[in-house]
Amino acid sequence: MLKLEKRPQPSRLWTWVTPLLAVVITMLAGGALFAALGKDPVEAIATIFWQPLFGEFAFYYRPQLLIKGAPLILIAIGLSLGFRAGIWNIGAEGQYIVGALTGAGVGLAFYPAESVLIFPLMVLAGALGGWVWAMIPAVLKLRFGTNEILVSLMLVYVAEQLLAAMALGPMKNPDGMGFPGSRNLRQYDSAHNAELITGTGMHWGVVAAFIAVIFAYVLLTRHSLGYHIRLTGQAPRAARFAGVRPARLVLVCLGTAGALAGLAGMFEVSGPAGQVSIDFNVGYGFTAIIVAFLGRLHPLGILLAGLLMALTYIGGEIAQSNMGLPAAAIQLFQGMLLFFLLAVDVLTNYRIRFAAREVA
Amino acid sequence: MKLTHLLTSAALALGLATTAVAQDKTKVGFIYVGPIGDGGWTYEHDKGRLAVEEHFGDKVETVYQESVPEGADAERAITQMALQGADLIFTTSFGFMEPTIAVAEKFPNVKFEHATGYKALPNLSTYSARFYEGRAVQGHIAGRMTKSNIVGYIASFPIPEVIRGINSAYIHARKVNPEIEFKIIWAYTWFDPAKEADAATALIEQGADVILQHTDSTAPQAAAEKAGNVITFGQASDMGEYAPMPRVSSIIDNWSPYYIARTQAVMDGTWQSQQVWQGIGKGMVGIGEITDAVPADVKDEALALKAAMADGSYHPFTGPLKKQDGSDWLAEGEVADDGTLLGMDFYVEGISGQIPN
Repeated sequence: MLKLEKRPQPSRLWTWVTPLLAVVITMLAGGALFAALGKDPVEAIATIFWQPLFGEFAFYYRPQLLIKGAPLILIAIGLSLGFRAGIWNIGAEGQYIVGALTGAGVGLAFYPAESVLIFPLMVLAGALGGWVWAMIPAVLKLRFGTNEILVSLMLVYVAEQLLAAMALGPMKNPDGMGFPGSRNLRQYDSAHNAELITGTGMHWGVVAAFIAVIFAYVLLTRHSLGYHIRLTGQAPRAARFAGVRPARLVLVCLGTAGALAGLAGMFEVSGPAGQVSIDFNVGYGFTAIIVAFLGRLHPLGILLAGLLMALTYIGGEIAQSNMGLPAAAIQLFQGMLLFFLLAVDVLTNYRIRFAAREVA
Repeated sequence: MKLTHLLTSAALALGLATTAVAQDKTKVGFIYVGPIGDGGWTYEHDKGRLAVEEHFGDKVETVYQESVPEGADAERAITQMALQGADLIFTTSFGFMEPTIAVAEKFPNVKFEHATGYKALPNLSTYSARFYEGRAVQGHIAGRMTKSNIVGYIASFPIPEVIRGINSAYIHARKVNPEIEFKIIWAYTWFDPAKEADAATALIEQGADVILQHTDSTAPQAAAEKAGNVITFGQASDMGEYAPMPRVSSIIDNWSPYYIARTQAVMDGTWQSQQVWQGIGKGMVGIGEITDAVPADVKDEALALKAAMADGSYHPFTGPLKKQDGSDWLAEGEVADDGTLLGMDFYVEGISGQIPN
């Protein structure tokens, strides 16, 4: 008989082993899924995990990992601060959209002027846009006690409508023959978030993601604010005795998450995506929630988790087009990752005991 | 900028060199915006892909990627196909225009075909179908068959393509029924069964007994079937499983002849960049079987209209026509030019409501 026994405190070892274990189990279950679809499971798994890194066209895919991973990491870092303190911002997708709109809006307003000041202004506008959008649930929570989960989530749909309205109205390309979508910012040098070193995929958004990781790490380990955040998450009552002001924490956590998500949106719209279009957002804000938890809400963990998630996206696309796997199978594969992570998480807090001894 | 170009072309040359050796098959790639099982837009494009496979057999290899988001992800998906040695790539949604341009510039030796866009390059063609011809037939049947004189229209996005369809349907409905009124709901999606069903139900509740849709799922058909006494038309695909009622006819996108012809052109080395816009005449737009739910005289009129458009004797946008604001658009007997149609951003006179902006 197997028996679960609660550990006195979460195991440090298992905290770091479980994500790896989850990846391995996902590979096994995913392999079985691909086999059931009539595809070679080993080839499929190899395509997903090996091809983007070391395959024939890795020179193209490796930079793409950074491009795909950067917004996930940037958003997840912001979210993780709140999640640690028990503040649940589910609406990063909306903050991402609004940041993209304000950032692109500033760039488009200056078109066709060329100046080195335009891009920094867009960065500020993007962060500010995301921050403002996140302040809505924050202020409502503090003033009226509303639930930030619901409010931030609902604001995603509002942001999507705003995006459609902008792509069809004020931001529509005047030279676009009536079609929706803004001018392409990649063709406007002053507003283009270009690669910093050609062929590396490094754009300002990737740099920002790395900086965010370092800042979050320092904040959580060295700064009193980071201590307050961790304390509030672990022991809210003790935190209050220690002089933590919950209202301030809500504002800081939601504000930071919003600003980072807004930045991610701004870097995306001015770089890889290039234009404000109706379908600009593709779910980074939601996927980042998975990334945050996969990374254990730890800055370095999030960095790795973001890159791993990007790998499954890019590898998954390769598997789709090379092996004819359906898109749904890839999405299922990614879903399994979170599912198994949550499942094996039990090992962090519990120990497995064999109870047979007593029977004998 | 220059360096980027040098590096990518060097890398590409390398990539091409390694794949070119083993290649005598022509590789044709397809980028889809929806799932191949959507029963509408993407489903028909995939039928075109299968037709290419069947037609050329061993001489071709086709690859596809479905449900590709429009934007940065599309650029990667297209690049990936080009890297894997595709000779010809069809990108089958308007939103793939900028990504297709970006990739086409990097791969001058690969041929690209973008559906429904307006930007071309020496190695990038555009192709689209004159769906508004099919809309004329729908409008005619709708105008003759409605009892409430209210036609519900589920529109997707306010782009020229969709506005053209609304205008064409309205003009031909009004021609046979001056009392006609169009109620238009903008769904802001090409494919979202839940949203489409909601829109259809809302329109039926507002008295519509004809539902026209410019979205791709069969959800509006199901909603109409449930309501009873409401007629619909298949969109993009025949949607014949809802015949004879509510689905009384359909507009079918038939991409197969075009895909086969363009693949052949690549094989023969005769492929050239072009911008084509074909209608019923060339078979790119098909009218699905008109069922017995439609009275025989209406059916005959509809078929006559179809024949007149097919042989070019009738153009759906023939004057006299005025714009919604009452200003003159086309004089008596004047036919709209393609430029105006391609950029259409206004309703014709008589349609109420505004195009969202």
